[in-house]
Amino acid sequence: MSLAEEPVTLKEPVSGRSLWQDALARLARNRAAMASLLILAVMALASILGPALWPHPYDRVYSEYVRVPASLEAYPHEDRIVPEMQRSLARARVDIGAVTVAGDTVRAEISDEEPIDPRMIRYVERSDLFSRVRLAETSADGRSAVLEAEVARLFFIAGTDGNGRDLFARILMAIRISLAIGLLATAVALVIGVTWGATAGYLGGRVDNVMMRIVDILYSLPFIFFVILLVVFFGRNLVLMFIAVGAVEWLDMARIVRGQTLSLKRREFVEAAEALGVSDAGIVRRHIIPNVTGPVAVYMTLLVPKVILLESFLSFLGLGVQEPLTSLGVLISEGAKNMQGASWLLIYPSIALALLLFALNFLGDGLRDALDPKDR
Amino acid sequence: MLAYALKRLLSAVPTLFLIVTISFFLMRVAPGGPFHLERPLEAKVMENLNRLYHLDEPLWRQYFLYLSNLLRGDLGPSFVYRDFTVADLFAAGLPVSIQLGASALALALLIGTFLGCIAALRQNSAADYLVVGIATFGITVPPFVVAPVLSLIFGVSLGWLPAGGWGDGALANKILPVLTLALPQIAIVARLIRGAMIEALRSDHVRTARAYGLPTRIVVAVHALRAAILPVVSYLGPAAAALLTGSIVVETIFGIPGIGRYFVQAALNRDYTLVMGTVVVVSLFVVLFNLVVDLLYAWLDPRVRFNA
Amino acid sequence: MTGKLIRLAAGAALAALLASAAAAAEVTYMRGNDSDPETLDQHKTSTVSEANILRDLYEGLVVQDPAAEVVPGVATDWQVSDDGRLWTFSLREDARWSNGDAVKAEDFVYSLRRILTPETGAKYATILYPIKNAEAVHAGDMAPEELGVAAPDSQTLQITLENRTSYFLELLTHQTALPVHPASVEAHGTDFVRPENMVTNGAYTLAEFTPNDKIVLSKSDTFHDADNVAIDRVVYIPFEDRSACLRRFEAGEVHSCSDIPTEQMAYVKDKLGDAVRIAPYLGIYYYAVKADKPKLADIRIRQALSMAIDREFVAEEIWAGAMLPAYAFVPPGIGNYPQGASADYKDMDPLDREDRAKELLEAAGHGPDNPLVVEIRYNTSENHQNTATAIADMWKAIGVTTTFVNVDGASHYAYLRDKGDFDIARAGWIGDYSDPQNFLFLVKSDNSGFNYANYANPEYDALLDEAAETSDLDARAEILRQAEEIFMRDLPYIPLLFYSSLNLVSDRLQGWQDNLQNVHGSRWLSLAP
Repeated sequence: MSLAEEPVTLKEPVSGRSLWQDALARLARNRAAMASLLILAVMALASILGPALWPHPYDRVYSEYVRVPASLEAYPHEDRIVPEMQRSLARARVDIGAVTVAGDTVRAEISDEEPIDPRMIRYVERSDLFSRVRLAETSADGRSAVLEAEVARLFFIAGTDGNGRDLFARILMAIRISLAIGLLATAVALVIGVTWGATAGYLGGRVDNVMMRIVDILYSLPFIFFVILLVVFFGRNLVLMFIAVGAVEWLDMARIVRGQTLSLKRREFVEAAEALGVSDAGIVRRHIIPNVTGPVAVYMTLLVPKVILLESFLSFLGLGVQEPLTSLGVLISEGAKNMQGASWLLIYPSIALALLLFALNFLGDGLRDALDPKDR
Repeated sequence: MLAYALKRLLSAVPTLFLIVTISFFLMRVAPGGPFHLERPLEAKVMENLNRLYHLDEPLWRQYFLYLSNLLRGDLGPSFVYRDFTVADLFAAGLPVSIQLGASALALALLIGTFLGCIAALRQNSAADYLVVGIATFGITVPPFVVAPVLSLIFGVSLGWLPAGGWGDGALANKILPVLTLALPQIAIVARLIRGAMIEALRSDHVRTARAYGLPTRIVVAVHALRAAILPVVSYLGPAAAALLTGSIVVETIFGIPGIGRYFVQAALNRDYTLVMGTVVVVSLFVVLFNLVVDLLYAWLDPRVRFNA
Repeated sequence: MTGKLIRLAAGAALAALLASAAAAAEVTYMRGNDSDPETLDQHKTSTVSEANILRDLYEGLVVQDPAAEVVPGVATDWQVSDDGRLWTFSLREDARWSNGDAVKAEDFVYSLRRILTPETGAKYATILYPIKNAEAVHAGDMAPEELGVAAPDSQTLQITLENRTSYFLELLTHQTALPVHPASVEAHGTDFVRPENMVTNGAYTLAEFTPNDKIVLSKSDTFHDADNVAIDRVVYIPFEDRSACLRRFEAGEVHSCSDIPTEQMAYVKDKLGDAVRIAPYLGIYYYAVKADKPKLADIRIRQALSMAIDREFVAEEIWAGAMLPAYAFVPPGIGNYPQGASADYKDMDPLDREDRAKELLEAAGHGPDNPLVVEIRYNTSENHQNTATAIADMWKAIGVTTTFVNVDGASHYAYLRDKGDFDIARAGWIGDYSDPQNFLFLVKSDNSGFNYANYANPEYDALLDEAAETSDLDARAEILRQAEEIFMRDLPYIPLLFYSSLNLVSDRLQGWQDNLQNVHGSRWLSLAP
């Protein structure tokens, strides 16, 4: 028996390998899919490394720059420098003389009735506009001085949000979280769906009936309600949200896999393995699962964008990820609320989401075309 | 076929029962109740209210009370809309949601099929790429962005259409909500039709039809489309149920008095009876549409036979 | 094709317009409201959006004029006994229900008894506890007939109180004190609120109620002041989404909005100018601190936390000027309270405050090696989230680490009510009537439902009790001020911001006066063509 089993198990990997090789070659010829792959790789890389490399941390609050528009020019704008210096000095309760700006250096003449406490520079240091603050030219009696500071040039290429945080840094972080949610939820759906579907389809009969009836029941359950309840029970736990979404999205996967399995079951090589007495689990593992990989892979690439969109819908309901983390859905739903006053808050996260979803969709389409030679 | 349909409906009864049971207990495990408001209620008031709504009784008794009421067709009073019963709310909201959903569905089928056919017939042409691009765009932009943008452009800036409101169902008030609802569906239908059509055009019977010299238009309309519509039909089952029972986003943003928003509102308000009512109605729709899809499938594809 | 569609739509709109023009020159006021009412049964209501509608439908003994001053309503005048406990109201003779019945003193007796009967399930009955025996009746320990209300004749109403209550007239403006029409309630039970059954005594009657769509009121001919009511129809539209109201306002489809999306405040002010009405409001936005928790029991810690908050930044930048910084708990401008207490660091510079906060924390045993870690709980809302984020950033500057828990409203308030183990929780309070007692009583030690902080200070309780017994309003105000001073020292709640009322008011809508209680009865308004 063990002798006879060999050719059966061998047959499948051989044909499988060439099938995949063919498919990959076809995929490589698909320019849209390859471009998508490139975009995805760049975005993934940016989201993983970006937050560490980008000059602004994603949770840093710049209280002087709340809701400033996107700009390729550095902030602060020239007309804000002098008033901001005067405001900071006023808080330090010193008398302010002339304030001049020369290049990147600001000079302010200050005086007081008592000797000036050098610690007062922290009032200026605290401002996001200035750096390297120092007291130069203190007079002999210490009652007047010239304060010098460099203007801190900051770039907010995508603007800042309602708390004064750099939007670009937040988008990078959001891509990371959204991708992670998409992938993890898909993985959960994959594991449950494939196991469930393959088992039901392979065993057939009454087991199949019961298992698919359970799927039907879950289908009829309004999933929004289900997810809301989960979020309410367990709070905004990120991992839990992955699992919740995955737990809802496995149903389609189970149906697809079951359908495939049913048709595979009647194929010669499975019948042969059965006749040879290979255990049910063995057949499912060795024959069924490898052969449903194609449709499942396609479904997966299309499920990731679906999950990302679902997450954005949850964010719209206010059930998104918890501060200070963020996701594209959270950013976009905030942006949608700020549409009229601060359009950049909507535009840039939307571009990021659209790019991501376009790439995933084209990749999924390309993969399907590649795996299904009939379409060529 | 009638016997088959009846049998399917009957077999849905235990399914519905299970769904009701799961939802009932899930809802009750959630922290908070219908009377936990920003303004806290005095203990005395809370006690009175709980007694009025039988919330002070053991959970299992409440469950049987609910079931027995449900069997008599009584969905109970709403906890939060205290002047209405759940049935009142659905009687008012369901027709609105169905109107919107059905219009959006029809629009999506019409435009989606048209776009999908064009793309399939001119595969890999500029028109094809354009359709695929539009279709992808349609599912990329969330409705909560599309809705306010449409309202701003056509309602506020141009002033062509109302910026919101139902207006007792006036045509002008429906256009933007229907468009918003239909957009992602158009995209999906177009993609499905394109894929299935490409396959159908290569199939033997379409080739045969072409070989007989039938004009392309007729081949497409009669033979290819009939085969290509199948995946769309199976997609439409769940999609139709979701569309007809409303969309939270569209209803809140345009101020439409449908039932879509009850899903979320009721769950967040812990309006127990309204949540259960929603669950029952949605489940009924899903069961019904799955049946309709199966019947349609059989009608379109003679290979499928009922095993009653 | 689009052009055709639009022509079609325009045609439909035109037809609708002509139809409405045909129904004489009826003046319709499209009025944005916060949300749909839970109920139009005045005895079961609790929210502001319900109050807005009920104020148009019914007239109480006293009413609020456009400036929210108390003026005669059904009662034309009233006397108070020397001990302040017996109030005698004389009712106007021309007061009519919308079915033509006269409004009688007995109707008020019936109504007050009804709201305090436990079976009514009134959410707000406790507000009427100052009436004699009200608490016992509401608890079911006494028959409703023993409530301290009586009608010696149809034109006279007597209300007996438990104690002297200086704010009793203010209390009577609340919607819970509005009368119901006894015959309809008896005939229809809970269905008396349906448009076909409802009988009202105010300027308007209920014509239509479609949930989530609109509530239509039409002018009542039987109202005694009907000649001075300029608007024929009021359509209340619920807006869950504040931006939706803004868009419809800009499109000219509604005449007023009861809220403004603060995220877009800069844009709104810029675009709509005078239509934007921001006025002080009788409300406080605060963080409740679990005062009996060992970690936060030290007053110095609570003071440090409060001191480190730059409220001006939160008010101006996070809320875009839609809130005012709060260094006290009782909103300024409230009645019977000329001068409240306020924190002594109000005028200090933020950086100096930071220094002092750090010193206080250090004195309480927290430093870089032993940082204080607190958790802020808030209910889901973008503004609450941004506020918490900003405050966490300010606390970071004094070495406090902050985490967040964000849950939906029902869970949040259930958690607070059930004495959940929180550190700091967001909450807010809108006054029911214009009196400091309505704010300071929140943290009285016996106020189990509202005192989230579990604050118990006998000295504070004693001051509030003393104030209740004081008839001289100036002396009473002084006692309450002392209580507020203790409040600001002990900080069971850290006050953050005073609410402002935010309204968009079309320039066509005339007679609208901004006021502290944000009440704007439709009967006082008119709509210019």
